[in-house]
Amino acid sequence: MERALILRGALAGAVGGLLAFVFARIFAEPQISAAINYESGRDAAQDALDKAAGQAVPAMGPDIFSRTVQANVGIGVGMVFFGVAMGLLFAVTYTICLGRVGGVRARTLALLVAGGGLLSMYVVPFLKYPANPPAIGHEDTIRSRSVLYLTMTLAAVLLLIGAVLLGRWLQARLGTWNAALAAGAAYVVAVGIVMALLPSFGELAANVHTFGRHATETPLPLKDAQGRIVYPGFPADTLATFRIYSLLAQVILWGAIGLVFAPMAERVLTPPSAPEPARRDTAPASLR
Amino acid sequence: MSTIPNTAPTARASATPVVTSEARAFAWIFGAAIVALALYYFIGVDQGAFSVFGSDTHIHEFVHDSRHFLGFPCH
Repeated sequence: MERALILRGALAGAVGGLLAFVFARIFAEPQISAAINYESGRDAAQDALDKAAGQAVPAMGPDIFSRTVQANVGIGVGMVFFGVAMGLLFAVTYTICLGRVGGVRARTLALLVAGGGLLSMYVVPFLKYPANPPAIGHEDTIRSRSVLYLTMTLAAVLLLIGAVLLGRWLQARLGTWNAALAAGAAYVVAVGIVMALLPSFGELAANVHTFGRHATETPLPLKDAQGRIVYPGFPADTLATFRIYSLLAQVILWGAIGLVFAPMAERVLTPPSAPEPARRDTAPASLR
Repeated sequence: MSTIPNTAPTARASATPVVTSEARAFAWIFGAAIVALALYYFIGVDQGAFSVFGSDTHIHEFVHDSRHFLGFPCH
């Protein structure tokens, strides 16, 4: 049984990843290209400034993979494998939840677990550390940024598990509706505390030291020695569009996982001889 | 008194069964979780902050666009 569920979870994840890849290829790639063009233009302006000031200009290393490979095969492999990973985590959670979360239908549980995955694996970390297109992010803070992002993700997942357990515990005295509201409120407060405690990327010591106090690592306008702007800051529209598309891709991914998995799980969990579950939804004979 | 049909499903009929009580289930669940975390790590984190294969950036550069798009911090 668990084998069937986990293999179907991986399949649902692959389907979700494939759909998210198609979306990314059509909508995200133009934004990524715009960001890389901005980065190239800014680097050229920086080199010109450095040359004028008599500084050595660092030579660029050769590209390991061409942009064509990265924008087609690379992003496809990345999205599909990420989808499989999320599908597996989804199936693990689903299998553990089965029979332990009260009177929830197999199909409904699939959507609830997918919603929890979307919320804790992506949306909550995104609210603190949103996705950034290329050209944003300093090379020397990659380690702290990764550790902070993974910490935020882990906290979002563990706190959600805690909130579900809290809801189960409260259900006996408050009823399902109030217990769910109380557990949801507790999750919001706990996540808010974690977000308030973790620093923003711009507040990292290396950034404050080099660039001064800013909320993020988004490139500011480039200025020459006289303080005139010689190259604009990162285009706000590209950033906003990229982030919205990143969020939509995750909604597509998790939505597909839940919707593809739900009917498959119901078929696995319902014995072939049993009557249709929907038929049993009618009232007991005594109430008719 | 009108007779309104009670359409609420009975909990017993619709509740899902527990399927994870055996050691075999544990092996599948544990294995799937390990595979998932390894994939998550290689797509999102490896050769950024940490690197399993030392000073090499092939994985990072190959999945570069998806790493940005999936929300992971990138260079």
